[in-house]
Amino acid sequence: MAMKLPYYPGCTLKTKAKNFETSTLAVAKELDIELVELPKWNCCGAVSSIVTDDLMHQLAPARNFVRVLEMNKSGIVDNEYRLVALCSMCYNTLKRTNLLLKNDHEKLKTINDFMYLEEDYNNEVEVVHFLEILRDIGFDKVKEKVKVDLSSLKIAPYYGCLLLRPKEIAIDNTEDPRIESDLLDSLGVKPIDNPFKKMCCGAHQTVQDKYAVARNTYTIVSGAIKAGAEAIITSCPLCAFNLDNRQREAKELYPDFEGVPILYFTQVMGLAFGVPEEELGFDLNYNDPRPLLREKNILK
Amino acid sequence: MSKTVEITKEADQFLKKIEELSGEKITSCIQCGICSGSCPMINEMDLTPAQIMSKTQLGQEEELLNSKSIWICASCFNCKVRCPRDLDLAKVAEALRQVVLRKAVDKINIDAISPEEMMELPQIALVAACRRLTN
Amino acid sequence: MEEKRRDLMEEIAEANSSASSGIDDKKIKHWIHIYVLGKQYKVPASLTIMQALEYAGYRFNKSVGCRAGFCGACSTMYRVEGDYKIKTALACQTMAEDGMYLVQIPFSPAVKAKYDINNEPYDGNVFLKYYPELARCVSCNTCTKTCPQDLQVMDYVQAAIKGDFQKVAEWSFDCIQCGLCAVRCPAEIVQYHAAQLGRRMYGKYGLSEEPNIVKRVEEIMSGKFEEEFKKVMSLQKDELEKVYVKQQNEREIY
Repeated sequence: MAMKLPYYPGCTLKTKAKNFETSTLAVAKELDIELVELPKWNCCGAVSSIVTDDLMHQLAPARNFVRVLEMNKSGIVDNEYRLVALCSMCYNTLKRTNLLLKNDHEKLKTINDFMYLEEDYNNEVEVVHFLEILRDIGFDKVKEKVKVDLSSLKIAPYYGCLLLRPKEIAIDNTEDPRIESDLLDSLGVKPIDNPFKKMCCGAHQTVQDKYAVARNTYTIVSGAIKAGAEAIITSCPLCAFNLDNRQREAKELYPDFEGVPILYFTQVMGLAFGVPEEELGFDLNYNDPRPLLREKNILK
Repeated sequence: MSKTVEITKEADQFLKKIEELSGEKITSCIQCGICSGSCPMINEMDLTPAQIMSKTQLGQEEELLNSKSIWICASCFNCKVRCPRDLDLAKVAEALRQVVLRKAVDKINIDAISPEEMMELPQIALVAACRRLTN
Repeated sequence: MEEKRRDLMEEIAEANSSASSGIDDKKIKHWIHIYVLGKQYKVPASLTIMQALEYAGYRFNKSVGCRAGFCGACSTMYRVEGDYKIKTALACQTMAEDGMYLVQIPFSPAVKAKYDINNEPYDGNVFLKYYPELARCVSCNTCTKTCPQDLQVMDYVQAAIKGDFQKVAEWSFDCIQCGLCAVRCPAEIVQYHAAQLGRRMYGKYGLSEEPNIVKRVEEIMSGKFEEEFKKVMSLQKDELEKVYVKQQNEREIY
């Protein structure tokens, strides 16, 4: 029985991180999950507004929650108020706003009043990350779908900040998360745990101060390599950009630095499930993972 | 060597303003330094996270608002999850940023980003940068 | 029924004629009060905002254009007494109401980016390249509420952030560039400029070429109409006028 879930892509998954979306939709299909995109969604704002008096920046996430209500009303989904996000930043921002509105009725009322053209939101929605859905289904079910032998691949899990912090939105233990390692295990990949798996990549500093980010890129990627990783997975297009594209700047700063490919976790799932290569979108990965995958006989 | 700091009325008002804007009881900070130890951007900073808290306690507005630290903060929340007093330093940093930004000051010139960079940057980076560094 | 309809039509004609032919005020039955730049005026009911302002004695040399709801020049912002809501209108298309507090917005300060449409890649990031402030959109929907053409402005701005040329083009199609959205936007985005970029990019790269146009351009370039062009170019003014009138009166052949 197909699970139909409201799905929030986020702006970047429609452009630079299209491969994250296509690979996810492909693997979700294998798992009998249908991710139904919200009709008419808007950019969540990427970062949460964390000062006490700001309501304007809560509008963007709140508006998306109303879309979930509309999806249920119009019958696109049936009594399903979980909103699935893939991008860690979108997940974090949506979830934090949802919690804020749950705990502050005055703010909720003000927002509802301001958005008078929309239906009122009454805290119906629950924001979840796709990894949580996988954990709920059970990683043993994920294991059942594995068709390709990935045992020769050594991949480091990488969480970045926003899947784990602050604690109220964390999808796993904030200090020692295991969910990505568990996933990799079920896919038959050897997970390379390492202390940099939750170090911040530098996020938006990449726009104004790319070398500051490059220094973090160097630390995180070198750390993973030292622990034995041949690739690193991520769940965030900004982390992907910083760990992948900024390897170029890291090489400028540290000439001896040799990077590794950065993959979305759903691209690895796709490889394990035998999803056709075109749907995994490796053209969009800055450091091409295909030579490594061909070397391991995972791709032809 | 001891240093005498006078807490003026303005300094006290500044502290109260930041406490109100951030919603954090800044005077609870015991200066343990865990936040500094957890910060991924500390090598880029002039004031350490612990110093930011101590200077806010003392209401040293000018030094704080002119620091590089508050702008290079990546809002990673590592400080918040580690603080033994359960303080949210990320919110304090944001409050300090807002005091400056709300004077119609932008800390990033998005028009100055080169066309080549604009074509390479993912939307998420630009949106996040605008939210944290522009008014 | 015919009688009643004629009376109504006469009433409408009467109400409008007072603005253009200076009919005796005593003949006007219905009056309203409007406020222009804060000053109160008594004007006949059933006039458009533009006509009402002209009746009040204002002469437009800005904020006026086609008078047909198409050029976007007569952008108006107003409030109605007793209502806090800011409303917008095109002065030539909207009826004046009793208690309107009006102001004209003849211009919206916005610099259009310079680009060569022939040299741009068909890549969604082009929007952000020329209008990076698009990333500041907070989805407040003020632009949509402001648009006098009832366009889904916020939706096309979001589509621009997502690099979707087609949606930007389709949803902004009826934009007349009146500028009201940009005036009110808290993120300082100029929606209509981004929309124009989207329409131009989509028109050039997104849509397939119309085969009849391609064929006709080829014919022109091959000199098929050269004689005709030379003939027209050599006509004197009075001959040209005759030819033009004749063409206008002829049945149009497609």
